[in-house]
Amino acid sequence: MKPRRSPSLIFTRVLCPALACMSAMTCVAQGPQATPSILAPASTSAHQIYALSQFVLMITGGIFAAVGGLLVFVIIKFHARDDDAEHEPPQIYGSTQVELAWSVIPILIVVVLFLTTARIIFAIQDAPEPADALDVIVIGHQFWWEFRYPKLGIVTANELHVPVDRATYLRLLSADVDHSFWVPQLAGKTDLIPDHPNETWIQPLHTGLYLGQCAQFCGVEHAKMLLRVYVDSPQQFAAWVKNEQQSGVQDSTVAAGRHVFDTEACANCHRIAGTAATGSFGPDLTHLASRATIASGVLANTPQNLHDWIQDPNSLKPGVLMPAMQLNESQIDELVAYLDTLH
Amino acid sequence: MGVQTLPIDAALDVTTPRRSPSQLLEWLHGWVVTVDHKQLGLMYMLYAIVFLLVGGAEAIAIRIQLAFPNNLFLSPEVYNEMFTMHGTTMVFLVGMMYIFAFGNYLVPLMIGARDMAFPRLNAFSFWMSAFGGLLLYYSFIGGFGLYGMGGAPDVTWWAYAPLTAKAFSPGHATDYWALALIVMGFGTLGSAINIIATTLCLRCRGMTLLHMPLFVWLMFVTSGLILIVITPLTAAQIMLLIDRYLGGHFFDTQAGGSATIWMHFFWIFGHPEVYVLVLPAFGFASEIIPVFSRKAIFGYPAMVAASVGIAFVSLGVWAHHMFTIGMTSVGNAFFALSTMLVGIPTGIKIFNWLATLWGGKIRFATPMLFCIAFLFQFLIAGLTGIMLAVAPWDWQLHNSYFVIAHFHYVLVGAIVFNIFAAVYYWYPKVTGRMLSETLGKWHFWLFLIGFHVTFDTMHFVGFLGMPRSIYTYMPDRGWNTLNLIISLGGFVQGIAVLIFAWNLIYSWFRGKEAGNDPWDAWTLEWSVPSPPPPYNFATDPVVYSRRPLWDIKHPDDPDWKYEA
Amino acid sequence: MSAMPISRFAEPWVLPSRGRVAMLSLIIGESAIFTIFVVAYIYYIGRSLSPPAPAQVLDVPVLNTICLLSSSVTIWLAERQIERGKIKTFAVWWAFTIALGLIFIGGTAIEWHKLIVVDELTIRTNLFGTTFYSLVGLHATHVIVGLIGLSLILLFTLTGHVNERHAERIQVFALYWHFVDAVWVVVFTVVYIIGR
Repeated sequence: MKPRRSPSLIFTRVLCPALACMSAMTCVAQGPQATPSILAPASTSAHQIYALSQFVLMITGGIFAAVGGLLVFVIIKFHARDDDAEHEPPQIYGSTQVELAWSVIPILIVVVLFLTTARIIFAIQDAPEPADALDVIVIGHQFWWEFRYPKLGIVTANELHVPVDRATYLRLLSADVDHSFWVPQLAGKTDLIPDHPNETWIQPLHTGLYLGQCAQFCGVEHAKMLLRVYVDSPQQFAAWVKNEQQSGVQDSTVAAGRHVFDTEACANCHRIAGTAATGSFGPDLTHLASRATIASGVLANTPQNLHDWIQDPNSLKPGVLMPAMQLNESQIDELVAYLDTLH
Repeated sequence: MGVQTLPIDAALDVTTPRRSPSQLLEWLHGWVVTVDHKQLGLMYMLYAIVFLLVGGAEAIAIRIQLAFPNNLFLSPEVYNEMFTMHGTTMVFLVGMMYIFAFGNYLVPLMIGARDMAFPRLNAFSFWMSAFGGLLLYYSFIGGFGLYGMGGAPDVTWWAYAPLTAKAFSPGHATDYWALALIVMGFGTLGSAINIIATTLCLRCRGMTLLHMPLFVWLMFVTSGLILIVITPLTAAQIMLLIDRYLGGHFFDTQAGGSATIWMHFFWIFGHPEVYVLVLPAFGFASEIIPVFSRKAIFGYPAMVAASVGIAFVSLGVWAHHMFTIGMTSVGNAFFALSTMLVGIPTGIKIFNWLATLWGGKIRFATPMLFCIAFLFQFLIAGLTGIMLAVAPWDWQLHNSYFVIAHFHYVLVGAIVFNIFAAVYYWYPKVTGRMLSETLGKWHFWLFLIGFHVTFDTMHFVGFLGMPRSIYTYMPDRGWNTLNLIISLGGFVQGIAVLIFAWNLIYSWFRGKEAGNDPWDAWTLEWSVPSPPPPYNFATDPVVYSRRPLWDIKHPDDPDWKYEA
Repeated sequence: MSAMPISRFAEPWVLPSRGRVAMLSLIIGESAIFTIFVVAYIYYIGRSLSPPAPAQVLDVPVLNTICLLSSSVTIWLAERQIERGKIKTFAVWWAFTIALGLIFIGGTAIEWHKLIVVDELTIRTNLFGTTFYSLVGLHATHVIVGLIGLSLILLFTLTGHVNERHAERIQVFALYWHFVDAVWVVVFTVVYIIGR
């Protein structure tokens, strides 16, 4: 979805906030939920979609009630009675007026539905990018997410931080196969297709952690390519940015672990800013310890999980592309101690 | 004067004596080399039923795995094979096969012909399709998959590029998928050509195109659609194999190729394909509903026009499967509109069926029960389809369980229900015996309950953000209970289908004798004995209206006086 | 509307010939396959990431095209001959058709030899190579299938098995050959005119 200067400012400035307000008023829950429900929108575009969906549901519900009700009526009223099984009922072959009537009404319904739909398509897809929007590049990998903030010099993985109330424009790329970025409370999904950059935007309205996951089958571990989006207050976001912009923490007490990292081929795939490790095949680990999860949202970031992961990633996420590194216990312990310092 | 009263003579007595076991090989051989449309139709149907059970088993495996979060019943590799094979099996080995089962069996009988236009092509097509399906299943044991259970296809039934490139799918799974479907495609093409030629060239005297039963019309339209819809899939699969084995770059994004062009080609096939699957089911409804309402179908010309309209419009909606891939807003708007438009002729059909029921005397035999359920379920399926046509809402619903719920509502709720109706309706004609009504009602109610428990719930778990194609899900997302309910409904459906299978077998031996016309129906197939003799009609029929047997049964009030 | 039912012997009941209907249906299906390959070809024009480009290596196959299109004329002439029962003349025109088809295939082979050996363009070289060999190759395959059919019919003719009663079947087969020629017109235009 490409943003550009939109001529239909009335839609973005008037209709959509109106729809958003409407849906915000009718929503029960606000803010993030453990269940990533599309019925709990927490951003501008999610609200627009939700409001549209309510309108469509009213129309389709009406059609269901009318036609379904008619069907129920018909099968009750015209049930064959035992006593008059002898004669066939009057044979009616058709009626042009009736056919016209029930062709015209659906056409009118389609016109209304289409016009409403088209407005929201243009409102969301062609929304002009505000000057203060945050730019993020999302690169989909089998089976993890890479996030780059080009203007801020940040590279991170799997856990996305965005500021509340500001628009974040996501440029969606893929390093291998098709993926799809779906955080239901924040936006409709958009696919990541190699050699076919896409764009989407989110303007979250409430702080908190929002969940999602990859929504386009991308291979064995598609199911465990989870998304965590932290919507931060401006202060929280500024603090996070500042931390992310630092190089990897250099703690001399874990020099043994750092030595393991440098010498045991970890650096071939992983990057830690400020060290010689500049691999880009796997997630950036510079601030690994500041993340709540590892393995793309699947495991809590605890020393035990880190230990098991390094020992044999395939036992936790079969089909993941990281191989077992064939390290012995003490090496893994030292490595985990080192990684734990990378806040 | 030369005016004949309607001359559809009953045929001669041709009950074949039961063969003794020593003639078993001869009997089998007869089936293998047959070119008789009825025998081929029966073989298509048995094939479809067997693979309905196999595909159903795959579904049960899926549902067991998903009944609990983080379940370990199936590994991810095997799960991915299960759902890919479930989809591929149900669409091609059941869906395409049931079409030609009924088409081959009924079309010649309904138009007063003795066989299809090209009986040997018919046999060739059946065996091609059958072997293609076996090739697909051979993949379980034949290939060296990357992991897990053999090399069965595991890339989803729509097999997006570049996941299917050699780099990302190094085993033979994708090759089996492509090759098996190419082989089946030849069979499908042959059958479609046969049906078109039969319909246009072998109708009996008086059977103008507008006198044909609606089922024949729908088979004709379906076959025409198949010609231009299966072939793009074949083309795309050839391109995929060229990429995988000859170093081609059709879908190779590293060389400038496009992943999205695969999507376009696949869905140019894939969307009209679902109309290919559903149109014959509409045909069943259009035959059964009138007979059990005791009224002619309301608006026959409109039904024909709507069917042709659906076929045409369905060719222009394919990118509604691609609303999230980054098409322009104008592109998205166009496909939203075209998708909504296809709802209009479809709605017209529902209204016409309703109008047929109106003022009738409805008999609720098992075939009719299934057709009435079809009407409700197809209405809902159409409405959820409209919801998906609303592109921004689709940006949320796409690739979620809501979509799975929608298309199972169509494929099971509309098509499978109608297939069951058709089997209960025509089994007497094919075998000479009635299916048990008691077992039929058990089958119906259990299947109805199971279907709704599963697929109604599925809409909601989709709303709650659960995507498709996932072998498991996190326990804290709030999807646990709903998934368990969905799985339980699946078991109920499985039991119902087993009752159905039992009914088929039991009634073959113990069913009530059916006679020519157990339902008091009006089309030509009911004028011949049950089962029909190999030559179908003793003398070529002559017809004067759409309901030849109505004309015979009501000589004072024949249709040709009133039909438009 | 209230017409009397038609009498059994009143009007002739005429239906189309099943051979023609079947062949036309096959042609429609095959057209869909070719359309997909043509769409792919057109979509990828100019998108190869590496050389060679069409303009650098493709020569317009004038002789081939003239031969193939003329073969439609010769087969048409053959059809007219067999309608009148002139089997020998039929066989001559039929043989000419085969000869022209063979020249086309031979010319294609020569062209491909040059492209592969001299210009180093194969199906895996770049997008142009992939789409070119796929599309032209698909067409050439259909020509070869047609030539096999033509040759079989010629064989049957020379051994005396073909006569005037087979005229309609010959015409049905000829439809296939005309289709192959029509596809060449499209392929030629797309590959050698538009794409270059």
